[in-house]
Amino acid sequence: MFYREAGQFKTSYYADQAIFPILQDRIGVAVILFVAFTLPLVASDFFVGSVMIPFLVFSLAAIGLNILTGYTGLISLGTGAFMGVGAYACYKLTTIFPNVPIVVHILSAGFFSAAIGVIFGLPSLRIKGFYLAVATLAAQFFLQWCFVRIPWLYNNNASGAIEVPVRTLMGIDVTGANATPEVRYYLILAIVVGMTWVASNLVHGRIGRQWMAVRDMDIAAELIGIRLLNTKLLAFAVSSFYCGVAGAVMMFLWYGGGEAADAFNINQSFNILFMVIIGGLGSLIGSFFGAAFISSFPTLLKFGLPLIGIHIGSASVEHLTHFAIGALIIAFLIVEPHGLARLWQIAKQKLRVWPFPY
Amino acid sequence: MADMPDLLIQTLWDGFVAGMLYALIALGFVLIFKASGVFNFAQGIMVVFAALTLVGLHEFGINAWLALLLTLGVMLVLAVAVERVVLRPLVNQPDIILFMATIGLTYALIGLGEFIFGGNPKVMITEELFLPRGSIDLNVFGGFVSLQKLDIAAAVIAFVMIAALSLFFQYTRIGRALRAVADSHKAALSVGISLEQIWVIVWFTAGVVALITGIMWGARSDVSFALQIIALKALPVLILGGFTSVPGAIVGGLIIGIGEKVGEFYWGPLLGKGIEAWLAYMIALTFLLFRPQGLFGEKIIERI
Repeated sequence: MFYREAGQFKTSYYADQAIFPILQDRIGVAVILFVAFTLPLVASDFFVGSVMIPFLVFSLAAIGLNILTGYTGLISLGTGAFMGVGAYACYKLTTIFPNVPIVVHILSAGFFSAAIGVIFGLPSLRIKGFYLAVATLAAQFFLQWCFVRIPWLYNNNASGAIEVPVRTLMGIDVTGANATPEVRYYLILAIVVGMTWVASNLVHGRIGRQWMAVRDMDIAAELIGIRLLNTKLLAFAVSSFYCGVAGAVMMFLWYGGGEAADAFNINQSFNILFMVIIGGLGSLIGSFFGAAFISSFPTLLKFGLPLIGIHIGSASVEHLTHFAIGALIIAFLIVEPHGLARLWQIAKQKLRVWPFPY
Repeated sequence: MADMPDLLIQTLWDGFVAGMLYALIALGFVLIFKASGVFNFAQGIMVVFAALTLVGLHEFGINAWLALLLTLGVMLVLAVAVERVVLRPLVNQPDIILFMATIGLTYALIGLGEFIFGGNPKVMITEELFLPRGSIDLNVFGGFVSLQKLDIAAAVIAFVMIAALSLFFQYTRIGRALRAVADSHKAALSVGISLEQIWVIVWFTAGVVALITGIMWGARSDVSFALQIIALKALPVLILGGFTSVPGAIVGGLIIGIGEKVGEFYWGPLLGKGIEAWLAYMIALTFLLFRPQGLFGEKIIERI
């Protein structure tokens, strides 16, 4: 009754192609943004630092993978490694050019990741499907090996880990021990909002349509004049860019340094793939849903089960998480292959015609 | 010079054994792919799961051979469960969806295995299963080579399994039915092949292969969840050999196993050790660029 356009009044293609055609949607997005930006004023440091920051970082990575797997149909098991490239590139950049603002480093780290992504995407013209999945596994293991075995990447320090130096932005510490969760949260939020906006424009435009054409049937796409290699490589580049930025943000603004070989291993790749599947393949909002779901699921189990009277140890929680996520993946693939995003869409559609169901 | 170990031949032998074991894991993949068109990512964890069940049951005080039988029973239950819960609702879905479902299956099995048996490594029961222990030293022209008896047994068993399975696929009624299902679910159904039965048979066979692989791998190191990362090595093997070829699995396994060990031994120190982790994938990736369907794979012809 309230959530509806009153008739078809569109007079231009511009209006017809609007991403949020309904006024309430636009208000909704504004409210979400407002809440996101005012959250640190009301929420505790713990919530901001251990719930919201991981959620945003994973959302960014999930958007990256969604562009490749959801929109272009190229399955990748190397997401973790591409994130790692971003983290190490950012680390090298910030130690070589200490005076440049960290934001510039984080964003340019994405370009290094994109370049590596393109290199490993090169075989994608000749090979597809599972074969490509194995090719991305090659990237995963090769890059992970590089992170451990090439001392130049971590500046030859003894611990073999990234030690995030203190960097300030306009006089405020944004990395290092003194950076408050609020500051880091705002920086991540700004990056995520900006990059989501770019991604939204990409997937709704000409490039996005090419990606989707390649996904739906690559030979047909080639016949109608889409250059396969360029399109696939662009998808790899953009996807790796997002993953690289996510990795840099993860290392610098969330972890604050550490063993990157562990943070960017194959389990991380699977984790992000799960976010994309559960959230919804080929949907930006799905990336957020999936990231929220998977990143909060272990916490929910840990604190939710005691509430309903089941007491289990923390090791069991981890096992249970593995099992539940595996089962959920299968359940989603069977029941709702388009993930949480599709459920959201159905809910909106129902609301739109409410109270008259037809 | 007769006392010096002959390093080249030793390395080749190590590579040969590793290759045979990779081939065994790859065989599990090939079986399922050949017979249902599903790329079963969960084969690695099935290996771990089977070995864990065996050792776990033995720890409860059950006789080793009885435990082996019970484990076979567990694998049968698993096969039926997979067919019922995962495959049947996903008939005729795109391959990639089925692939992702097996990744989900992998995680479910990891969770289940950890939940039942705990996450700690266990020691495989080698003596109880009469697997040979110790090693033989062979004198060859350059020096001596030390061969683990267990490795010899593994190679023999792997070879027998692979031979038996290729014969099974080529010459039996069920083998033909399996190949029909892989070609097209719909066509197989329409000529009266029971998809459910075939899937249970093939997943059970893959489970048996997984159990044997698990015993062999477990006897060489411990039985732990780390094994499933090693099992991912079977993927480059598959790519080299072709997804649908049983002999391909063995040839690919040997190429990868030997290439990897020789590479690690001769070039590893130059690059800083541990290149085993990715060498196999790089060999496979380079290979893919020249022959995308693998050595023995069927050429994929696509139409609109």
